[in-house]
Amino acid sequence: MEMPIPDPAVLARKDRVVARLQAVLPTDAVIQDAAETRAYECDALTAYRCPPMVAVLPASTQEVSEILRICHEEGVPVVPRGSGTSLAGGALPTADCVILGVARMNDVLETDYDNRTIKVQTGRTNLSVTGAVEENGFFYAPDPSSQLACAIAGNIAMNSGGAHCLKYGVTTNNLMGVTMVMMDGEIVELGGAHMGASGLDLLGLICGSEGQLGVVTEATLRILPKPEGARPVLMGFNSAEIAGACVADIIKAGVLPVAIEFMDKMLIEVCEDFAKADYPMCEALLIVEVEGSEAEINDQLALITEIARRHNPVALRESASADESARIWAGRKAAFSAIGRISDYMCLDGTIPVSELPYVLRRIGEMSEHYGLRVGNVFHAGDGNMHPLICYDANKPGDLEICEEFGAEVLKLCVEVGGCLTGEHGVGIEKRDLMTHQYAPADLEAQMAVKDVFDPQWLLNPAKVFPLAVSETRRALDVAAE
Amino acid sequence: MKPDTEAALADIVKSAKGPLAIQGGGTRGLSPRGDLLSVAGLSGITLYEPGALTMVAQAGTPISEIEAALAVENQRLAFEPMDHRAVLGTQGDPTLGGVISANVSGPRRIQGGSARDYALGVRFVDGTGTAVKNGGRVMKNVTGYDLVKLMCGAFGTLGVLTEVSLKVLPSPETQGTLMLRGLDDVGGVRAMSAAMGSPYEITGAAHCAKIMEGGSVTALRIEGFETSVAYRMDRLKDLLKDFNADMNVADATMSDWIWKSVRDATLLAEVPEDIWRVSCKPSDAPALMARSGAVGWYFDWAGGLIWVRMPAGDDLRASLGAFDGHATLVRASEATRAALPVFHPEAPGVAKISAGLRARFDPRGILNPGLMGPVAREVA
Repeated sequence: MEMPIPDPAVLARKDRVVARLQAVLPTDAVIQDAAETRAYECDALTAYRCPPMVAVLPASTQEVSEILRICHEEGVPVVPRGSGTSLAGGALPTADCVILGVARMNDVLETDYDNRTIKVQTGRTNLSVTGAVEENGFFYAPDPSSQLACAIAGNIAMNSGGAHCLKYGVTTNNLMGVTMVMMDGEIVELGGAHMGASGLDLLGLICGSEGQLGVVTEATLRILPKPEGARPVLMGFNSAEIAGACVADIIKAGVLPVAIEFMDKMLIEVCEDFAKADYPMCEALLIVEVEGSEAEINDQLALITEIARRHNPVALRESASADESARIWAGRKAAFSAIGRISDYMCLDGTIPVSELPYVLRRIGEMSEHYGLRVGNVFHAGDGNMHPLICYDANKPGDLEICEEFGAEVLKLCVEVGGCLTGEHGVGIEKRDLMTHQYAPADLEAQMAVKDVFDPQWLLNPAKVFPLAVSETRRALDVAAE
Repeated sequence: MKPDTEAALADIVKSAKGPLAIQGGGTRGLSPRGDLLSVAGLSGITLYEPGALTMVAQAGTPISEIEAALAVENQRLAFEPMDHRAVLGTQGDPTLGGVISANVSGPRRIQGGSARDYALGVRFVDGTGTAVKNGGRVMKNVTGYDLVKLMCGAFGTLGVLTEVSLKVLPSPETQGTLMLRGLDDVGGVRAMSAAMGSPYEITGAAHCAKIMEGGSVTALRIEGFETSVAYRMDRLKDLLKDFNADMNVADATMSDWIWKSVRDATLLAEVPEDIWRVSCKPSDAPALMARSGAVGWYFDWAGGLIWVRMPAGDDLRASLGAFDGHATLVRASEATRAALPVFHPEAPGVAKISAGLRARFDPRGILNPGLMGPVAREVA
């Protein structure tokens, strides 16, 4: 993956930039020593690393504003960073950039149960938002697998989803307002505790813009009352086709489960080995979860298992206890760690129309043989978001490149059948060069026009989302200030 | 002008010499200035996959046609779009493009989200006549910027929608509405808040005290399977017993009628005053109305949406002052609409971004000029 050549004029101004940042921030908030900036050299896409020129750790919106004003005046690129858990390289630095980390900004500013909102600083982790309200019976719905570590800032930048978004939606459906600092240091407020925008839906535009339009420092989030209960059922089938048909029938019957997760045979074995979830060994496993009171859960599961039986399941088991439910989910949620234990892997994130699942899985199987790399599949089956995990050997020269080529072919296939390159991880650098497969030049031009308005000099996270060749003339505007 | 293909529509925009007034069904009564450009010729459902909860249709497709197709599969548009014809006295058929352009959402917005939350993809023609695609037809998609949200609620000022992909949802087996009588505005909002904070998934919460004869009514809707609705209704009654209000349950037929009335503001159809729509933090609603100078009002969205009857020509925004939210002028005389902007003025930093976007997407300022603040040329 290519990155732009660092601007020597910016590197030459490092001392002055550092001095100006030190003048507005506490001493320990400006990191410039080569040994220390290394901590920020990558995110969760660890195959790519580059220490930044400087890293800053502001503690307030005002400090973020000062930092961006200085970087704007000095013509220095800024890469915003939440917790650094991006799988797409969204927080990957360039050697001439300032990494702006929001990790010190993690306060809860206001909880409002009457209006069902919470206002937080965006360095706060996803799970600790729920942690702040669960004693009162509430939770924050989006639940990416990395929720223990990932920050709300990154969730907003990537419009993160999770296993339960079939019912509750993704970040954009749960975000009500933000305080955002523009690249020139101006602070703007979008939305609030009310619903809907007064003019253009700029909040909807910010969410998922990968830190390229502004730095979001505070967020008002929708919180929801916890359901009375939830319980999953496990279903095993002889083929992905049958599992897919079963999912379609469940949805058509009018039940809306809170989650429908799919795993193929390789993932079932790996997860079972790791988490001892007592999964049945079969070609295709579904975990279907419903919510409500005990009686409501029983009613819904009765309907769902009746539908499943029509598809000749090889296994069908309702969770019998809270402990068993936890283990069933532990297996699925540990999928990435479980496979990481046996191999290096690359996690893809394409989305496809649900009806295309059997065809796409068959094609991935064929590609797996062609490239000689193993692949396992987990899949949010209700919404079509796939996570093929391609195994490779990082120590074997050329293996990463083969894996990347394989991954690119899978993502092109997703687009070909009517889907998209990324369902919840974002484009970052990882899918940047594939954007031309999904979007025509005019489509990309319209998106880049938006960045022109928010960040005319293309200083915010400039080397992401758009293929470098496509954004080149705009990034060249990044003229050094004197 | 009424093109029947996206290419023909693009040609019209490209060769336009002056402002274009974009129209779907013409039911929203916004009448911007310019030559009429009707999108009604771009009509028809192009894809419907019930098992994937997905529908794609051209922008001029009547909502009635979409709802009829969904009903066959026992599905629906969960955002419950309002029909403006009663309150505005307009004719015509509401279209998909109009509903999405105005982000029109009904009572279920508090639980299920608004039109923009169900829009998966769009095609549109920008102010230069260029056709653009964004999003797609899958439910999870973070590939590039979300221009779908930007187009929802842009009232055609950034581009003319030609096609929309939607997430649709199953229709519930039944519904019921718990009615509480005798609560004042503060009590009504508190009761709605208590209900919304429960796990019983309230899909409609409205309170109406000063809008008609017969005292106040607070209405709470529950939808789902028969046994589930019955169970939740009992629990809800128990939860709200300390409000000491008379309670009764409206059955499915009555409940359906109640929420269509709330959705379409039919109570306000015949009143002589101006009509405003206020979006606010729900718990602020009673105090806002106390200082509004309004003749009457009712709350939807648990208090987060207020429909207001204002004496003709009075500036509601002036009497409310600064608050967390905004006020939109829905119905007024030509003179009032000339004096008071339809949309709430934005803060300077936000207005600058909005104007910048309009200047990029519609550099000649020809798409629905006069709506949503000054057009590009006036800013420049």
